[in-house]
Amino acid sequence: MEFFKIRKDIPFMRHALVFNVISLVTFLLAVFFLATRGLHLSVEFTGGTLIEVSYSQAADLEKIRGALGKSGFSDYSVQNFGSSQDVLIRLPLKSEQNTAKLGESVMAALSAEDASASLRRVEFVGPQVGKELAENGAMALLVVIIGIVIYLAFRFEWRFSVSAIIANLHDVIIILGFFAFFQWEFSLSVLAAVLAVLGYSVNESVVVFDRVRETFRKARGMTTPQVLDHAITSTISRTIITHGSTQMMVLSMLVFGGETLHYFAMALTIGILFGIYSSVLVASPLVMWLGVSREQFIKAPKAKDPNVSDDGACV
Amino acid sequence: MNRYPLWKYITVVVALVIGFLYTLPNFFGEAPAVQLSPARATLKTDAQLLSRVEAALQGAGISHDGIFLDSNGVKTRFKDTDTQLKVKDLLEKTFNPNPQDAQYVVALNLLSSSPKWLSNLGALPMYLGLDLRGGVHFLLQVDMAGALTKRLDSMSADLRTLLRDKNLRHAGINREGNAVVVKFRDADTRTKARIVLEDNQPDLTFVDGQDGSDLKLTASLKPTAVKRIQDFALKQNITTLHNRINELGVAEPVIQQQGADRIVVQLPGVQDTAKAKDILGRTATLEIRMVDDTPGALEAAMAGQAPFGTELYSERGGSPLLVKKQVVLTGDRLTDAQPGFDGQTHEPAVHLTLDSAGARIFKDITRENVGKRMAILLIEKGKGEVVTAPVIRTEIGGGRVQISGKMSTMEANDTALLLRAGSLAAPMDIVEERTIGPSLGADNISKGFHSTLWGFLAIAAFMMCYYLMFGLISTLALAANLMFLVALLSLMQATLTLPGIAAIALTLGMAIDSNVLINERVREELRNGASPQAAISAGYERAFGTILDSNVTTLIAGIALLAFGSGPIRGFAVVHCLGILTSMFSSVVVSRALVNLIYGRRKKLDKVSIGQVWKPGLDSAK
Repeated sequence: MEFFKIRKDIPFMRHALVFNVISLVTFLLAVFFLATRGLHLSVEFTGGTLIEVSYSQAADLEKIRGALGKSGFSDYSVQNFGSSQDVLIRLPLKSEQNTAKLGESVMAALSAEDASASLRRVEFVGPQVGKELAENGAMALLVVIIGIVIYLAFRFEWRFSVSAIIANLHDVIIILGFFAFFQWEFSLSVLAAVLAVLGYSVNESVVVFDRVRETFRKARGMTTPQVLDHAITSTISRTIITHGSTQMMVLSMLVFGGETLHYFAMALTIGILFGIYSSVLVASPLVMWLGVSREQFIKAPKAKDPNVSDDGACV
Repeated sequence: MNRYPLWKYITVVVALVIGFLYTLPNFFGEAPAVQLSPARATLKTDAQLLSRVEAALQGAGISHDGIFLDSNGVKTRFKDTDTQLKVKDLLEKTFNPNPQDAQYVVALNLLSSSPKWLSNLGALPMYLGLDLRGGVHFLLQVDMAGALTKRLDSMSADLRTLLRDKNLRHAGINREGNAVVVKFRDADTRTKARIVLEDNQPDLTFVDGQDGSDLKLTASLKPTAVKRIQDFALKQNITTLHNRINELGVAEPVIQQQGADRIVVQLPGVQDTAKAKDILGRTATLEIRMVDDTPGALEAAMAGQAPFGTELYSERGGSPLLVKKQVVLTGDRLTDAQPGFDGQTHEPAVHLTLDSAGARIFKDITRENVGKRMAILLIEKGKGEVVTAPVIRTEIGGGRVQISGKMSTMEANDTALLLRAGSLAAPMDIVEERTIGPSLGADNISKGFHSTLWGFLAIAAFMMCYYLMFGLISTLALAANLMFLVALLSLMQATLTLPGIAAIALTLGMAIDSNVLINERVREELRNGASPQAAISAGYERAFGTILDSNVTTLIAGIALLAFGSGPIRGFAVVHCLGILTSMFSSVVVSRALVNLIYGRRKKLDKVSIGQVWKPGLDSAK
């Protein structure tokens, strides 16, 4: 079986501007939604209490709300979680409430209404912890970016590292944009997914760049856009098969993983789809516009040792 | 050219065998067990304890599935949970005849049902996190400022004693914020005092000052001392928590420091969070102070004007009492507390034993204050209560003190337990809490397992259709990767959480990338007209650089997550990083070994089974 029977290099670079405009528009939309709607942060970041309760029959959300109201709770949100029998209750942080006893008092209120209510999970996060988690998350993102830029600059060239990171950061913003637009819950595991995607889709750019470098060394007389076209064309089948495989796994998580893994898998799905696009079709034109050329790859070794062959296998 | 030297094959085989061995325990599952461990450090876990447990079981005619002794205690495995519960009650009765004074902790546990020879190899199943097995997780914040003020309070008492011993008159010693201020009438005394204090208190720095007509000497803690006090407070709190949790009877509690001022407590299997929190949250400390019985002072205090250096407390039973702020003795000096009865009145009482330093202080205090009253305060969550305020009749030496007065037997028991469990060096607050029910844990396991299983099967099916033999090899390499990852997690006993399972799935999904890269490269070489053997060799070699680069970038992200992540992110990151490392080995070395084994030996290899290799030149008319 062979899916990709590509006779000639596909002239991706001819449409470079179009790709970049598309991605710029998506990016701006994502920024717009992030700015106007903001992220729907989970209790892990905001602080508060989250209680998951399971009923033997489909839960009556109105009745639950009533029971909570009667017991003197306010600002709570009650919604189904995964199935009609499972209910998720969120309570904001309140200084005057005894947070340590919150879980029990909620359960007491609910059991009084319906004896089949059983506690599945309680999560309480204090305000300080939430703030720290958010700060640490931002810090992790920053370290990932710096680490990748340094590594790529060291392994390739600064032009590659800059374009790879721009392309992939824009993936991150787009994932966040989706979460802002649909107001999906942004939790710690989603953050983990976002960072994993960042590492993963940078490696996508790496594969293409590897080929670019190899082609520059091997083939004389090709213009830069031609080299890029060739590199992308010869790696496109691998790109699509790899991402397809990863996506199969993620899809399996989306289907079987339940509510807890749902948004994690969702973030990965968006990340993988946009990852292909941006790391191939956004990063490469950026490299071109930053002025990459053959000389940057062959000058140095030649000056040192004229016997070095132009074999592409040097890594 | 596609042959591995023998040692490489041996390496791969050894790795696979070890991986298989350590993965094996995960298939056997876990059986209900009862764990008996000593509640005190003085009691030993030895073969004798084991035979006592065996004898107890035999006496009751209960058969077990195995009994083990390890550093934690004696663990006995049973067929079902009914027997488990029965045995728990039995052991509780046999080993703790007096439930008020429990010598042993009897806890329900789960034990791996893997055969003994596996356990002897140290092969254990993966350590499941709370979200997979159910339990409670607390993050406690230690109030470091509280620890410092407490320390300064006791230091100011030391300063007072020092000055008195040297006969240096001062005009008052008080703690003001994070400093102790000593006032003097004349500069000469201050200079002398300063020399004495500096010699005897290496932890303090002293600064001269002036406050109106008074000369001041301000003592504050040195930064190194502050750090030491904070470290000590944290350690003391962890020890205290250990003792308290022993009272709860949890099989494998986790009590760890997190960061500079936090403590993580994880109690697997505990469902009664209310009780757990009650016991953890108690911050009872004992303080002994003198009562201010100056005529008129109590009335003034009740009118809202407490004389300087005193505080108003209420005695058990409601009557108000004026107590000096100066702490004579704290619970740190306590070595034991037992409930009992007063020898004469037969009132319930708590018997305290003090350490030698405490005994000496107590002796001095009682000698100097015969006829006066001393108050014994129990401070819980910042609120103090006077348990009793007896009149000192005579000097009390030997460090044995009895607290009695208006207590019920129950209260005496509680107080003793609370005091015995140790006092906290600093108050703590719960800043994060997670409770996971057991059914949710089981659900999470099955969800994680199914996601991984179906994802793996989908990838395997696709790879085998698309790359035929090379696809099979890739799938085998991926399976080896999964096995290495599980073996490594079991071996390290790293905590596996639901995000961790997600990371296993995701890492597998990403790891196939390496094999796709290799297979595509081999096809490309074939397309360019290389011979099959040369194509395999070049394919692996050329793909390796790319694989390395792409794994390093993924690893950077993984390490950043590991460094800055906490809780669920950490669980994800650990597995993700390990998975990247194992995938490098399995997708490159293991798959190459397989390829070499299948194709490398053939001298004349015309065709490799890697699926259709389409060549532009062949099917076009050109």
